[in-house]
Amino acid sequence: MGAEIFERVRARWSGEVEDGGVQHGTLTLELSPDRLRDVASSLKSEFGFDMLLDVTAVDWPERQTRFDVVYHFYSTRDFVRLRLKTRVTFEAPVVDTLVTLYQAARFAERECHDMYGIEFRGNDDLRPILLYEGFVGHPLRKDYPKQHEQPLVPYRT
Amino acid sequence: MSARPPPRAPAPLEYLTTKKDEFVGWARKFSLFPYPFVTACCAMEFMSVSSTLYDTDRFGAALPRFSPRQSDLLMVVGTIVHKQTPVLRRVYEQMCEPKWVIAFGVCATSGGFYQNYATLPGIDKIIPVDLYIPGCPPRPEMVIDGIMKLQDRIAAERHPIITERF
Amino acid sequence: MDARPDLPNPIRPAFTAGETPGSTIVNIGPSHPATHGTVQIVAELSGERVMRADIHCGYLHRGFEKECESHTWHNLIPYVDRLNYCSALINDFAYCEAVERLMGIEITPRCRYLRTLLAEYSRIADHLTCTAAMLMELGAMTAFLYLVTLRDYIYEHLANLTGARVTYSFGRIGGLARDLPEGWLKRLEEILGEYDVFVGRVHGLVDRNRIFIDRMRNIGVLRTEEAIGWGYTGPVLRSTGAPRDLRKDTPYLAYSELDFEVPVGINGDNYDRYYVRMREMDESVHMIRQLVDRLPDGPISVADRRCTLPEKHLVYTEIESLINHFKLIIDGPQVPAGEVYSAHEGANGELGFYIVSTGLGIPYKVHVRSPSFVHLGGLHRMLEGYQLADLVPTFGSINMIGGECDR
Repeated sequence: MGAEIFERVRARWSGEVEDGGVQHGTLTLELSPDRLRDVASSLKSEFGFDMLLDVTAVDWPERQTRFDVVYHFYSTRDFVRLRLKTRVTFEAPVVDTLVTLYQAARFAERECHDMYGIEFRGNDDLRPILLYEGFVGHPLRKDYPKQHEQPLVPYRT
Repeated sequence: MSARPPPRAPAPLEYLTTKKDEFVGWARKFSLFPYPFVTACCAMEFMSVSSTLYDTDRFGAALPRFSPRQSDLLMVVGTIVHKQTPVLRRVYEQMCEPKWVIAFGVCATSGGFYQNYATLPGIDKIIPVDLYIPGCPPRPEMVIDGIMKLQDRIAAERHPIITERF
Repeated sequence: MDARPDLPNPIRPAFTAGETPGSTIVNIGPSHPATHGTVQIVAELSGERVMRADIHCGYLHRGFEKECESHTWHNLIPYVDRLNYCSALINDFAYCEAVERLMGIEITPRCRYLRTLLAEYSRIADHLTCTAAMLMELGAMTAFLYLVTLRDYIYEHLANLTGARVTYSFGRIGGLARDLPEGWLKRLEEILGEYDVFVGRVHGLVDRNRIFIDRMRNIGVLRTEEAIGWGYTGPVLRSTGAPRDLRKDTPYLAYSELDFEVPVGINGDNYDRYYVRMREMDESVHMIRQLVDRLPDGPISVADRRCTLPEKHLVYTEIESLINHFKLIIDGPQVPAGEVYSAHEGANGELGFYIVSTGLGIPYKVHVRSPSFVHLGGLHRMLEGYQLADLVPTFGSINMIGGECDR
C-alpha cells in the first residue's frame, strides 16, 4: 500500500522534483524552494498526507546551498511517511511557510528558525521558542561553538 | 591572639540562650516548607521521596508551598537553563529569611553532563546554595540523607540576640 | 520585570493588552505546580474565562541536539534517556532502532521481545505518572499516593535490572546492556498483581465520582480533524475517537505478534484522555503477560562487531577483541552515511528520531520529533473558552514532559 502511494506521488511530480528514492520505508523528494508550497498542498489534498510531523534543517557548511530544510509528512489513512527536502543558501535562507496548510507548522517553524535561522516567508510569528529574547546567533549551525553561553543573569562572585 | 577574649555572660544566661537556640533550631528544622522549583527528571525522584515509600513527612518537610513568600526551603530540582535564570533569581529573592537552598541533582549542582550554550553550570552561579545532593537522579535515600544533614545544620545555627550590627 | 534590569524578561508575549474590555493579562508559570515546572502561559482572562492563551516553552532547553553532535553514537544514549524521562526506555529503544536501521542490523528475537516488554513497562510508568500528577492537581491526593507507590515498585524492579531508577541508559545499538537477572520475571508477576489492586482502587475512587466528572467532562474538547492538523498523536488523538496507534498501524518490534486493543475516546475531552490512559495501561499489562509467556531464549545482543562490545574475557586475552573494543569506545560504531526517520509509539505519541550520518562514529545530526512539543502548539485551542481552573486538568491530561518538549 505504501509502495503504491509512492509510485503515484513520483508519477505526479516526476520531472519537477528530484527523486531520492525509498529508503528505510520513507520516500525522499528534493525540490527547489519555490515548488514547496505546491507539492505540499498536493500531498495534503491529493495523496492524503494529512499530518505534518516535523520541520527541521541540516547544516552543510561546505556546500554552496548550505541548509537542507527537511519536512516529514505522515498519512493517517495509509500509514506511510514522506520526506521533502529543499536547499537554501546562507545568504538567503528563506522558504515559504506551511502554516496555512498544517497548523502544526507554527511551532515547528519557530523552532527551525530559532536553531538554524531559516526564515519562513508568511509566518509572522517567528519569536524565539526554545531560546530566549536576547540570544544572539543560531546554535545548531556548525559554526556556533557548543559551549558559548549567553547568560541572562550576571553570575555571583 | 594577645587580645583578651570578649567578656562572657554569666552561666545561667548562657544556659538560657543555648536552650533558646536549640529550641529555635528544633522548631525550624522540623517545619520546613519546601518550594519545589521543579524542572526536569529529578522531579520523578522528588515525587517518589514525597510519597509513601520514602516519606519526607516524617521529617516535617511534607507540605510544599508553591509561593516563595510562604516557603523557606528552595529545592531546585532539575536542570536550570539560562532562560530560567531570571525566574530562579526572582523566586529566591522573594523568599523571606530564614531560607535555605538545596541543589537537587547534578544538573542543579554543576550543570550535570550538559555542557553547552543552554545550560547554567550549577545554580550556585546565581544563588547561594546550602546543600548539594548529587545523583542523576539521586536515589530517594540520598535525598533524605541530604535533608537530614540540612536539618543538622539548621539545628546548629546560633541566633544571637545582640549581633554585631545591633 | 521593568524595575529589575538585571533580571530581563526571557520571553516576548504575543499580546500585552487585552482585546476584550475589562480583561486581565495573567502570567502562569514557569515555576508553577500545575505546569509541571517548565511552561509559561500568558493568558487573557475575562473574569474566570480564558479568552486567549499564549504558551511559552523552552525553559528546559538543554541543547540535546548540539550535545549529540559531539558524542559517539553509544555515548549519547544517556542524553536520549532524558528526553521523556517518565518512560526512558522507550526513548532508548526508538533511538537504537533508528541507528540499527541505518546500519542494517537485525536484532535477535529475545532482544525484540524484551524491548517490547520493557517499552510497555515504561509506558505503564509514564501513564501512572501522568494520571497521578493530574489527579493530585485536582485534589485527589490519595490516588496520587496509590499510583506513585505502584510506580515506585516498578522503579525498584527496573533498578534491579538496569541499575538506575529513572533514567536507565539500557538500550544498546544491536541489543541491550545485559540480560534479565534471576527472579526478575517472578517479581514482574507480583507487580502486575499489585497493579490490579492499586489501579482498581483508583478506578473506584475516581471514575464515577461526581466531582471528577464535573471537572473533566466536556473540558478541553478536541476534534479529530483539528487534532490531526495540529499534529496530535498518541493518547490525545485516540481520545478524540481516531484509532491511530503506531503499534498497530506500522508494527515494529514484537507488536505484530501480540493481541491487544487500541482504546479510543468519544468526546476528546479531559475525561476521555484520562480513561484512554487507564485502559492503555490495562492493555500494556495484558501485552506484558503475553510476552512473558512467549519470551524466546538466545543471545541479547546481535553478534555484530560493528556495534556490540566483545566479551570482557576476550578483550583481555585476544588482540582482535581488544582492538575492536578500543575502536568502538574511542571512535564509536561506524554508521554508514545516510539519513533515516524512525518513529515509535511513545507514551505521548509518535516519538521520531531523524538521524543524519556522514559515516563517522559520531552523528552529524540527531533530531527528535517530540510529541510533547507538537502538542503544546495546539494547546491554546483546548484552553480558550474554558475557565482558569480548567487549565490545570487540561494541561495535566496532555502529559507535557519538559525534557521531551524542549529537548
